[in-house]
Amino acid sequence: MNFDDTPQEAAFRAEARAWIQANAPKQYEDELRKASLGRSGLKNANMLEVAKAWQKKKADAGWACLHWPKEYGGRGSSPIERVIWQQEEGPFGKLSGMFIIGHGMCGPTMMAFAGEEQKRQYLPPLASGEKVWCQLFSEPAGGSDVAGLRTRAEKQGDDWIINGQKIWTSGAHYSDYGILLTRTDPTVAKHKGLTMFFLDMKSPGVEVRPIKQASGHSDFNEVYFTDVKIPDSQRLGAVNDGWNVSLTTLMNERMSIGAGVATGFPELFEFCNSLMLEDGPAIEDRSVRSRLANYAVKASGLRYTSMRAISALSKGDRPGPENSIGKLVAGSMVQEVAMYALDLQGAAGALSGEDAEVAGKFQAMLLRAPGTRVEGGTDEIMRNIIAERVLGLPGDIRVDKDVPFNKIPTKGRA
Amino acid sequence: MNFDFSDDQKQMRDAARKFLTEKCPPKAVREVLDGKATYDKALWQGLADMGFLGVAIPEEFGGAGAGHLELCVIAEEMGRANAPVPFSSTVYLAAEALLLAGSDAQKQKWLPKIASGEAIGTLALFEGKGNPSPKAIKLQASGGTLSGVKKPVPDGAIADFAVVAARTGSTGRDSDISLFLVDLKAGGVEAKSLTNVDPTRGQAELTFKNAKAEPLGAAGEGWSILTQVLDRAAVLLAFEQVGGSDRALEMGRDYALDRIAFGRPIGSFQAVKHILADMYVSATLARSNCYYGAWALSTNASELPEAAAAARISATQAFQHCSKNNIQVHGGMGFTWEFDCHMYYRRANATALTLGSLSYWEDQLIDRMRKKNAA
Repeated sequence: MNFDDTPQEAAFRAEARAWIQANAPKQYEDELRKASLGRSGLKNANMLEVAKAWQKKKADAGWACLHWPKEYGGRGSSPIERVIWQQEEGPFGKLSGMFIIGHGMCGPTMMAFAGEEQKRQYLPPLASGEKVWCQLFSEPAGGSDVAGLRTRAEKQGDDWIINGQKIWTSGAHYSDYGILLTRTDPTVAKHKGLTMFFLDMKSPGVEVRPIKQASGHSDFNEVYFTDVKIPDSQRLGAVNDGWNVSLTTLMNERMSIGAGVATGFPELFEFCNSLMLEDGPAIEDRSVRSRLANYAVKASGLRYTSMRAISALSKGDRPGPENSIGKLVAGSMVQEVAMYALDLQGAAGALSGEDAEVAGKFQAMLLRAPGTRVEGGTDEIMRNIIAERVLGLPGDIRVDKDVPFNKIPTKGRA
Repeated sequence: MNFDFSDDQKQMRDAARKFLTEKCPPKAVREVLDGKATYDKALWQGLADMGFLGVAIPEEFGGAGAGHLELCVIAEEMGRANAPVPFSSTVYLAAEALLLAGSDAQKQKWLPKIASGEAIGTLALFEGKGNPSPKAIKLQASGGTLSGVKKPVPDGAIADFAVVAARTGSTGRDSDISLFLVDLKAGGVEAKSLTNVDPTRGQAELTFKNAKAEPLGAAGEGWSILTQVLDRAAVLLAFEQVGGSDRALEMGRDYALDRIAFGRPIGSFQAVKHILADMYVSATLARSNCYYGAWALSTNASELPEAAAAARISATQAFQHCSKNNIQVHGGMGFTWEFDCHMYYRRANATALTLGSLSYWEDQLIDRMRKKNAA
């Protein structure tokens, strides 16, 4: 058991560090360092442009999508090299946020199911950030129950005609391409009639409407499809096998293991270290210390859990469902941390933005946190995954499992 | 980087698990729980014969000289089996104090006896309520003898020797405290067994009446040595707690799969599944914190104090969480004497206090993080 770099790892680190030092957009370093969950964007610059420029620079020098094969724009790096890169990239890594879905989920799905020519055409510009991708799965009628989706794809000659609506689509408003899960046969059980495609988001009939979230930001969208035409050559996997294709996408989500998920703890610790309460420094208050210690061990527990996962990956093990822990624990922790930080501010905790303590950092976190517990699978789904796939408990009873999709009731109370 | 135990260490874990499954079934734990024995003597000798008691003791002092990562592996299995033996007091507290501060002669006298199972040791620190603190130590040392009362002392009634924290100064500083070694069988010490929440780990009151004592480590260094001993023991005990957490989770999972209610295994109900998922989460976070503690312990890293406190808090929480919810999943059966659930619940809650309470370690963790932050 050790944390030391091997000689190869040390050489990789030195090379990465030197390159980042020479090339990173330093003018944004401070602002990125201070940014926390719930704050999106840079004050005096377009975040997307800055992010794209940084990604392009990385790609040109061979530092983009480290774990991808070289021929598709990656570097063929080991999982540990990925982590080393993230450690060295530091706050500039936050600029990769808008590429996560493309790089972590769409790219790997294309790699598994697209034709060779398509991979060579679409993957390098995705790796370099020139093209941004989104993932069109969730619908008003299919959130946690993804297979409940209703967007139809109907074959017409060599094309498919798409009609329907997606929701909670991160980044659709600046995406160039998307992977799209549709229903192609409503007369069979819900998991059996789905088909996956990829499409150009600028296709006629695609309408993206940003959703204003509780936080006031608009990171998500509704996407409407009206007679959108997709050539059959952009189908991923077999007709009606879309469920299996989507499982590949979701499994790859787990591969996006990094140096750590956001827990809010470093921000809270720093805040308590400087905050003065009526009776003295917050950090010297017994109840504050107790709360901090509880959050500290969760945050460190998550950090070392991901290191264990990386060690397992580097020995060739596949990432398992146990990695659902990170999202489950961090999601509700961020929310609790935000509430606690507001509580420590007393009456003034209700202020927000520049009028609040530490420029409203925790208020922004508070308003973003509920989303973290829902996106990519709710807390409840995460617990089901752990209970069923790690602990081997029976699956939930699914009364619609063998019912043709078009016979499933659509309303609870008639 | 490799954040895992080695294949050899995992083999040792398998060997320890096999040994303990065979030699320490719940029936054996119950012999001690029911008061028919003070500890499992046959198991103790078996652990010595397997080389487990001296796994981290250097070969020159009669041990296996393997190291602390190996001891962590054994500790986890001891916790899993709920072993009713004075392992933690002897191996984590007494042996670690000797390794840290003992003279060659002291090590030569006691460590081989620990490794061979001939001597049980303990640490006599507490004097009634409260957490580890130099101020709480009243027991006086003078002219090579000790006088005063220590309680609770883990395994104090069966121990052959004790490392005793005593007051040697009156400046009000930590340097007022020194450590001593006392042969408990040499006279001058009365031991009285105390009833406690977990009878499989004895607690005692030791009354010292001019008991002969020899200094352990330099005079005035007692508190600093103790802090290090407690940190090391915290990591090791945390591994026991993780072993216990895992076993409690397994028991709950197995019961949830077997027990049918409303026509279904209760493990198919989401409410029950989510209890078990949360148990898995707390046990996993604790295990990961423990691995970091194991690394810090085995390399004597400067991160050890912080890592030890984190491992201790996380593992204490996990074991309490898993053992109480194991009973919940079992329902009424879990609350009976006949089922084994309460043995883990007892152990979890007693262990939570043996090195100072959760709030003590929370305090330590934040202090240590602040120091690191300031540095």
